[in-house]
Amino acid sequence: MERKIRILVGKPGLDGHDRGAKVVARALRDAGYEVVYTGLHQTPEMIVSTAIQEDVDAISISILSGAHNYIFPEVVQQLKDKGITDMCIFGGGIIPEEDVLELKKQGVAEIFTPGTPLTGILDWVSKNVKARELL
Amino acid sequence: MENSSSNKYQNWKQKTSEWVKKHPEREKEFVSISNRKIDAVYLPQNPEDPEYQEKIGFPGEYPYTRGVYPSMYRGKFWTMRQFAGFGSARDTNQRFHYLLEHGQTGLSTAFHFPTLMGYDSDSPRARGEVGVCGVAIDTLKDMEILFDRIPLDKVTTSMTINPPAAVLLCMYVALADQQGIPRNKIGGTLQNDILKEYIAQHSYVFPPQPSMRLIVDTFEFCCNEVPRFHPISISGYHIREAGSTAVQELAFTIADGIAYVQAAIERGLNVDDFAPKLSFFWDVHNDFFEEIAKMRAARRMWAKIMRKRFGAKKESSWQMRFHCQTAGVSLTAQQPYNNVVRVTLQALAAVMGGTQSLHTNSLDETLALPSDEAVQIALRTQQIIANESGVTSTVDPLAGSYYVEKLTDDLEAEANHYISKIDTLGGMVRAVELAYPMREIAEASFRFQHQIEKNEKIIVGVNDFTSQNGTTLPILKINDQVEKEQIAALKKVKAERDNQQVQATLQTIKAKTETSENLIPYILEAVKAYASVGEIMGVLREVWGEYRDPCVI
Repeated sequence: MERKIRILVGKPGLDGHDRGAKVVARALRDAGYEVVYTGLHQTPEMIVSTAIQEDVDAISISILSGAHNYIFPEVVQQLKDKGITDMCIFGGGIIPEEDVLELKKQGVAEIFTPGTPLTGILDWVSKNVKARELL
Repeated sequence: MENSSSNKYQNWKQKTSEWVKKHPEREKEFVSISNRKIDAVYLPQNPEDPEYQEKIGFPGEYPYTRGVYPSMYRGKFWTMRQFAGFGSARDTNQRFHYLLEHGQTGLSTAFHFPTLMGYDSDSPRARGEVGVCGVAIDTLKDMEILFDRIPLDKVTTSMTINPPAAVLLCMYVALADQQGIPRNKIGGTLQNDILKEYIAQHSYVFPPQPSMRLIVDTFEFCCNEVPRFHPISISGYHIREAGSTAVQELAFTIADGIAYVQAAIERGLNVDDFAPKLSFFWDVHNDFFEEIAKMRAARRMWAKIMRKRFGAKKESSWQMRFHCQTAGVSLTAQQPYNNVVRVTLQALAAVMGGTQSLHTNSLDETLALPSDEAVQIALRTQQIIANESGVTSTVDPLAGSYYVEKLTDDLEAEANHYISKIDTLGGMVRAVELAYPMREIAEASFRFQHQIEKNEKIIVGVNDFTSQNGTTLPILKINDQVEKEQIAALKKVKAERDNQQVQATLQTIKAKTETSENLIPYILEAVKAYASVGEIMGVLREVWGEYRDPCVI
């Protein structure tokens, strides 16, 4: 039997606005994924280390505080430093379009901005998040 | 109404005319745009009707359903208080001056996340966050720059700050002391509402019990030292923004208020000494009548609670005064100019609901912090409602509407149901420990999202009436340099101050946590020695530990 895809939902930085993260976490769970929710106020280090411990296939990050230009690249880099390049990183939040383009160049697979319907996120996840080869 | 000879109406008329003598109305005579005369207040046929008296009553009288003041905006408009803060203290000081020059009447400070969470700008936890979502304030030095050329005895300042509220209050007091302004001349509001942080906004540091102690300390200090300062703004705003219903916002906020009053009474404070200084803060969402009814119900509920549950004697203890902010969560990135219309409707509801102070959101806030131009439109929205719409010419114009009165009654009853449940659990502090309100909100928020997904609720420009052409707005960008400069400035302060004195004041704070003494005077000493927010909060963190997210999904 094929194993369930595991997705980490992370809330990095000091911002506590977790409504979006929680709604997405719940929608992913209802859609049949295994969801690991980190809780609030995580550093990029904490998120990467949880992702590795939990063997997740993807990391979803929610940022509304404007710190996205630091946090996303930091998570990508730290995974790379640990030799992990097949973990899909996506996210959402209050992120201007030009920053979205730049973050995609840096290795973030997709960014969902305010007003994206859950169905849009779920469709994207079903097409783009694949089970990783676990060691 | 004219031939009614009974006492209540006559007494109220008498009282109101005395009030108006002291608080003159804005106009000699209020007239409509086509010169029709408008009365101060419109009443039922028989204002002595006991049901009217009990449920609605006269403006400025118990149970305050129609407003806390007899003549409301005929006397003076609400305070137009736009929330501002970004980058360095210098950047924000410029925005403050800009807003005051454009007719804003009070200041409201947004602090960046590191300050909100009690970290300094040079903490590893602050990486990427310095000055991004608010202004970076580390020490008294930054406050000196933030309020440069702003008369603290003429402008009132609201500060959106929670776990470190005591520290920021001390900085404000220290600044007044420095400038030789008597403490009884400065005024403003601290948010200082930790219970809603656990419930909704999640900028918490300590566990609930020590947090409550620090809040009661500020109550006591404000009563004794800075009488014009409101030590708390009990906030429904964040509860609603986290996805609650209007009833949940009403219920959880008032239950939070009950918890603070209870804690202060247990400390030995006299309810009538601090109750008049409590203030509230509501979110104003899209549902026009429901929002107005929410504010009317809130006033009535609070009046009854203060009078009957807590035995407050003074009228000012029964009056719920509040600030409103239009619902940030209702704004959309798609077709951002639609947000101006949403904000207008919400602001109108706040005014019809009788707010004392209002922040209108800017159209670009789903994209970034507001630009100067966007914030000006938001402020103009308030000015147009105040000066052009005519809704400020008569008090509580929707009273007596079958729909509004029924909604007011229903919201009150449903909110009371929640409050009874929280009482059964042992009060709000306990309910928070059990994550009860968090679960209720998560449920409501998920339900709402589903209604949007299924198009049961329409958001114009998002799930209906969409358009292909995107709108590009000018966005306020925070310069990456802010972080470097702020860290350098902090280093300089730390190098130039008397570090021995700082350590001594920090050790005193630590020692005093073991006693039941009020901590504020000791925090004030540390602040005056230029101890930083992170250092003072760090000492308290060592003693009290940190609260952790219960991770309710």
